[in-house]
Amino acid sequence: MIPAIEVKQMHKCFGKLQALAGIDLEIKTGEFFALLGPNGAGKTTLINIIAGLTRATSGSARVMGYDVVADYREARRMLGVVPQELVFDPFFTVRETLAIQSGYYGLKNNKSWIDEIIHHLDLADKADANMRTLSGGMKRRVLVAQALVHKPPVIVLDEPTAGVDVELRQGLWRFIRELNRDGHTIVLTTHYLDEAEALCSRVAMLKQGNIVALDSIRNLISGISGCSVRLRLSPDTLPPALQPLMSRCEAEYYILALDEYSQLEQVMAALRTAGSQVLEMQVFQPDLEEVFVKIMGDVEIREAVAVPIT
Amino acid sequence: MTGFLTLLYKELLRFWKVGFQTVFAPMVSTLLYLMIFSHVLDAHVQAYPGVAYTVFMIPGLIMMAVLQNAFANSSSSLIQSKITGNLVFVLLSPLSYQEIFFAYVLASVVRGLAVGLGVYLITYGFFDVSLSSFPWIFIFALMGSALLGALGLIAGIWAEKFDHLATFQNFIILPLTFLSGVFYSIHSLPPFWRGLSHLNPFFYIIDGFRYGFFSTSDISPYISLGIVAMCFLAVSWLTLQMLSTGYKIRQ
Repeated sequence: MIPAIEVKQMHKCFGKLQALAGIDLEIKTGEFFALLGPNGAGKTTLINIIAGLTRATSGSARVMGYDVVADYREARRMLGVVPQELVFDPFFTVRETLAIQSGYYGLKNNKSWIDEIIHHLDLADKADANMRTLSGGMKRRVLVAQALVHKPPVIVLDEPTAGVDVELRQGLWRFIRELNRDGHTIVLTTHYLDEAEALCSRVAMLKQGNIVALDSIRNLISGISGCSVRLRLSPDTLPPALQPLMSRCEAEYYILALDEYSQLEQVMAALRTAGSQVLEMQVFQPDLEEVFVKIMGDVEIREAVAVPIT
Repeated sequence: MTGFLTLLYKELLRFWKVGFQTVFAPMVSTLLYLMIFSHVLDAHVQAYPGVAYTVFMIPGLIMMAVLQNAFANSSSSLIQSKITGNLVFVLLSPLSYQEIFFAYVLASVVRGLAVGLGVYLITYGFFDVSLSSFPWIFIFALMGSALLGALGLIAGIWAEKFDHLATFQNFIILPLTFLSGVFYSIHSLPPFWRGLSHLNPFFYIIDGFRYGFFSTSDISPYISLGIVAMCFLAVSWLTLQMLSTGYKIRQ
């Protein structure tokens, strides 16, 4: 079967900055796929090249088998993109915006499908309101509607839930899941790893323009042995002996990553020696966040910046 | 074809929705020019023998309005879309760069002609402005607005902020318009300036346009039309190059 998205040896340089350093990626039709990585890892650049908004320095990308440069018309008809920025055209109403977007794709009589999207995304009350008067959440919904107006088989959402309230987020995911069940391929980027874990079957993790992990979530997690321990202590300091095990801090909680369960004994011993009292303790299986932290290879996830080529 | 027609429709709807400032306002300011200049100069200046200065000036003012509005339409639409980010909707679509070019230029032509026609109809009530040859008037209005629509696209693509656009307008478009013979016949100029005016493509647009009104011009309208057409082709070629390579908009 033709892959929904196929990226080969993709390089992109902005001046001296290398944003993508030779990406190879294949996303199958019908997948629910996540691109993860810190800011500046190259997620949006990759999406922009697939969408034809940016030209690659070298390498190729195909959407449903169509090259995004040579067969850009077909490739773009196959693709719906929800951009990260909350953009809109202040001259038009919601319905006009959707009718115009539909026309760009060569669709003249698209009213019934537009009505359906308006209904699904709960935009009916605002259909004839000017885009300017809409709240941020509503504008986000219109962006999703615009991406769907030409019924693309592949839908790319670039951080669709950034700054979106819980209700809309849940409604949005319900709708996107439905689309996925109907056979649409979904590709999303998000900073919320729990969302990716709940929705996606496979993820790619990007770091400084490289894919550093590409697998199903289950395989990625089972690749990590051991467990995590979440501690709240009194006094609120982690004994120096345990510092090397710390994976991260969450408010007053210390999260330790253990390679095997037997290390628990050492942890308890170290706490006893230091005279720390355990106020709370949870032991849990690693999750996607654990994998992410480990793969990104930093105790604290730094905002990775693309590296200059020298 | 639907994609192109939709973008054209969107561009027309955009300026029509704010028609008060995009069509009506330039008509009013052109009439102000006309009132002031006719009051001050009519008794003192005669550009063509037997033609009152005000009447001589009317085609020039109409063409000035046509040119400025054609330029304003494509340039401001494009820069607004770039700065607010909604250009992405056009860029994501399967529209070709030729379709984008023709839609923006044609919308500019429509706005230029609408303003020009409006100014003409109003002056018609006050002054006796005859139309000697409608085809010449129309062809020069069409070519002039198309040329400025394409220049507006270049300015809109090149400009990164509104300041840049204002620079383009104030230092290129406005001088070329004002020094093209809107307010005078270049025969009244000293030889050096007359020679220099011949290097200004806008001069040929206005001169040829005026020929359509009075059957008199500084240059044969055929030559003017040829020069204007060459300019349009050159500017269009450059604009299409910029669009096809994605200069500044698909980086």
